[in-house]
Parts: sequence; C-alpha cells; structure tokens
Amino acid sequence: MKFAILINEGPFTHQASDSAYRFTVAALARGYEIYRVFFYNDGVYNSNRFSEPQTDDRNLVSLWAKLGKEHDIDLVVCVAAGLRRGIKDEVLEDGFRISGLGQLVEAGIQADRLVVFGD
Amino acid sequence: MSEMNEFDENGPEVIKRFMYVNRKAPYGTIYALECLEVVLVAAAFDQDVSVVFLDDGVCQLKKNQDTTGIGMKNFSKTYGALDDYDVEKIYVEKESLAARGLTEDDLVIPVEVLAADDLREVMAQQDVIISS
Repeated sequence: MKFAILINEGPFTHQASDSAYRFTVAALARGYEIYRVFFYNDGVYNSNRFSEPQTDDRNLVSLWAKLGKEHDIDLVVCVAAGLRRGIKDEVLEDGFRISGLGQLVEAGIQADRLVVFGD
Repeated sequence: MSEMNEFDENGPEVIKRFMYVNRKAPYGTIYALECLEVVLVAAAFDQDVSVVFLDDGVCQLKKNQDTTGIGMKNFSKTYGALDDYDVEKIYVEKESLAARGLTEDDLVIPVEVLAADDLREVMAQQDVIISS
C-alpha cells in the first residue's frame, strides 16, 4: 500500500498535523510506503524552521523533518499557499521542499490512497 | 524513479477520478479560495475531475456576491472559468441548497443538483477525494 498525505492545517491551532504525523509513523511501522506528504492551506506553517514552541511542547516542524530524513519521505510545501504566508526557502526547515500544486495531484495519481488531514 | 520519469515524459498512464468537495462559506476562511486554486491546477492533468458544493459550500456559487464591505476579493466569477478548463462535472447537494433557501437559479454557473443519497453514490465511485 502506497499512501499520500495531505495536511491542511498548521501545527498549533489544529490537531490535523499531529494526527497526520501519527498516521504516517504507524503506516511506516506496518511497512507501507509514504509516497509524499503535501502541505497546503495553513499546513505550510509545519515547515517554518523559525517556529519555537515551548520546550515542554512537541515540535512538529522538527518531528516531520526528522521523520522525513529517516524514511526518505518527500515533504512538499505548496508554493502559492506558502508565498501568501511568508513561507519561502529562507525559512524552510531542512528536509522540506517547495513546489507547485501539481505535486498534490501527481501524488493522488501515484498513490493507492490519498489521506486528507484538516477541517 | 523510473515511474516518475515515465510520468514526466509521457503523461500519466492512469486516469483517476478526482473529486474536490467544498463545504465552507466563500469568505470567513480561506478554504474556498484555496480549493478553487487546486481545482484550476488539477484541471491541467487530464484526470476525471468533479467538483462538489455542499453544506455552506453552496454559498460559494451564489450570484450577486458583493465583498466591498469586508475588503476581500470577490472570486465568485472564477467559477465561470471551470467550463473553459473542461471541468464539467459540478454537483451541488440538494438538501444544502434547500436548507439555505437557495435554488439552482441563484447560482453563478450551471450545476447538477443531486440529493444526498445520489451524491453519496457518486462519491463512492471516486479514487481521490480532497475536501475542505
């Protein structure tokens, strides 16, 4: 089974990114492939390396980056949604890349299942 | 990787059914606008695309929107471009329209009105559903 993940919410206002992270970890543990994680809407904030949650809080930016590196996951941030929110290469955490919405559609084509996390 | 290259050079081999589901009012949150942006990009991919409007999402298609009072761009005219992008399957849920006192005549583009039960069947036939 090959999954693609779409995350539509930022790391703090909403639980979507937490749920997506846990789903991804569980899928990888089962031996499933994660074809791509695509960050859209406020989801692009999950890639901001200047994000500094309090030390006793989880840090989804670094959790995603670490998971991406460990499992060679393609973490893609939407360029259009990112630009209007100030998310560009200068603030992007290592392990993420910025690309177009076509990457979301292509993930939907290539994966067996696209799972959406958001409102 | 070879799969990717095949995709890049020859276009996708499979045609999948993609459905975009709009459930939110046009203003107040950005979901409606950013979902429309996805649909316009997706239309270029030669997939089988459909767009659904239900719950408050039906208000996205309402005629005569005037956003001057809230300082937001009125993007309701852009839905008219869906036809130019060959996005022809546009469904609106019957119950959502009725609950908001709207009829097909209140909408900016021609749509197919489907009862929830029928819409559920169309949804069940999709390969990919992206909702917001």
